Amino acid sequence: MDPIFLVEAAINGILLGGVLAVLALGLNLIFGVLDIVWIAYVDLVMLAMYAFYFMVQGHGWSVWVAGPATLVVGALLGIAVHLLIISPILTSAPINQLLATGGLLFFLQSFATFLWTTDHRSVRLSLPSVEIGGIFLPFTRVIPFAISILAMLALYLFLRHTYIGTAIRAVSQDRDAMALMGANPQRVYVVTSAVGGAMAGLAATLLSFQYSVHPFFGGQFGPLTFMICVLGGLGNMVGAFVASFVMSEIIAIGGVMFSTEMGYVIAFVVFIVVMFARPGGILARRE
Amino acid sequence: MLEVRRVTAGYGAFTALWDVSLTVAAGEAVAVVGPNGAGKTTLMRVISGLVPSRGGELVFEGTPLTGRRAHQIVAHGIAHVPEGRRIFPGLTVAENLKMGAFLPPARRAYRQSLERVYGLFPVLAERRAQRAGSLSGGEQQMLAIGRALMSRPKLILLDEPSMGLAPVMVFRLFDLIRRVRAEGYTILVVEQNVRQVLKLVDRAYLLEVGRIRMEGRAELLSEQDFVRKAYMGL
Ligand SMILES: Nc1ncnc2c1ncn2[C@@H]1O[C@H](COP(=O)(O)OP(=O)(O)OP(=O)(O)O)[C@@H](O)[C@H]1O
Ligand SMILES: [Mg+2]
Repeated sequence: MDPIFLVEAAINGILLGGVLAVLALGLNLIFGVLDIVWIAYVDLVMLAMYAFYFMVQGHGWSVWVAGPATLVVGALLGIAVHLLIISPILTSAPINQLLATGGLLFFLQSFATFLWTTDHRSVRLSLPSVEIGGIFLPFTRVIPFAISILAMLALYLFLRHTYIGTAIRAVSQDRDAMALMGANPQRVYVVTSAVGGAMAGLAATLLSFQYSVHPFFGGQFGPLTFMICVLGGLGNMVGAFVASFVMSEIIAIGGVMFSTEMGYVIAFVVFIVVMFARPGGILARRE
Repeated sequence: MLEVRRVTAGYGAFTALWDVSLTVAAGEAVAVVGPNGAGKTTLMRVISGLVPSRGGELVFEGTPLTGRRAHQIVAHGIAHVPEGRRIFPGLTVAENLKMGAFLPPARRAYRQSLERVYGLFPVLAERRAQRAGSLSGGEQQMLAIGRALMSRPKLILLDEPSMGLAPVMVFRLFDLIRRVRAEGYTILVVEQNVRQVLKLVDRAYLLEVGRIRMEGRAELLSEQDFVRKAYMGL
């Protein structure tokens, strides 16, 4: 095989990794603070993709307006999920919490099917490609990648340099101690869920550049997102970031060498092997 | 300044404190001593709002605080340095101190508070950029106390500050607590090091299986045969 294809696949892997990392960081942020995995996280992305689709195709909004609006939709969805579903069961057994967010997944899929049927809908964005040294880079991938990197930089600065961002990290380490500092845990949870939801809204916009939305879109990226979070170590943001690119590279390169399906199979095998070798994730500190 | 009146509290069906009453006057240092499992930590947690009381009252500077949650109680000027320090291990020393000043009034005075804390504990200034989890036990305790001071409290609750420290360090720590006291803070401290803590405080309470068994001036309490035998190993 022409090595240029491998280079192109590797680059595509990086471009996909950026968007995956947005998904994984959003889910991981919520897990780190609330100790709950939002099973329905990518289904919220699906809802936000519909929102983006209707804004652009239905109302003719420019993507530059619809994108930020979708981010806000995501943040509101995040707050709603927290207040309606998570908050009432915050102190109950973990299995109940999993069942509740899992139940939300089926609800959202059925809800979307009921309202919008199972049709695949896409915002048809016709963007050019750039060619660099014989490699074609489509703008539908380059732009989402660039935006996802900027968004993650913004998230990093938020978590590092603001009081509430630092408090979010502190709560993920010791809930009670942060209450003793005067932070209302409930408020920190709502802010975290809003930020996690906003990341879902952003991912929805970025994924809409390349993928069409349908009620079962969550199945396409949900399992992969969970695998990335576990691979990076649940709650470990740097780990999730690294794992996103590891997985996207495996999928992209495996995809050109064998087939797209094989790419996913290899990624899954790598996931299982790593989990045996380092159950705490690739960046887990050895105790 | 602080009045705890006939407080009852516990966990689930278990009652850890029965009718406990205690007062701390402004400027005073008061100790609570007692064997393991007596309910000392529970008492501190009730005062700071981490554990809800089931009966009784909590009054601070004339304001009833009964039923308030932890994050509301700090705002009234009570800072709790919890058992086991409970610093944020993944945050830097400076970030830990910043979190101590989370509330808006404390945030506004952040610079002065920081200077004051670094003045009391110079080692924290040296280690400001270091992960708090990598500090030694003694340094972590200083950080926990410094973090509490950042909220500009009037009353500081210290729960077993000497826990897990080497004897030399325990000695230094008591010295530091003395200096904190000299800065004008009122202190309520729980300690297993009964002999040393009785030298530090004005008054002390003896708590046993959830009830106050004795109360009195520190020097008188340390003279009691019962206390000497049971807690000071003399
Ligand atoms: N979270 C909890 N759930 C249930 N029971 C608890 C809990 N925390 C403490 N207890 C029980 O309450 C009683 C008092 O505990 P507490 O921690 O207040 O004692 P203590 O005097 O601080 O002891 P130590 O000297 O060991 O720190 C003990 O019997 C303990 O087992
Ligand atoms: Mg205790």
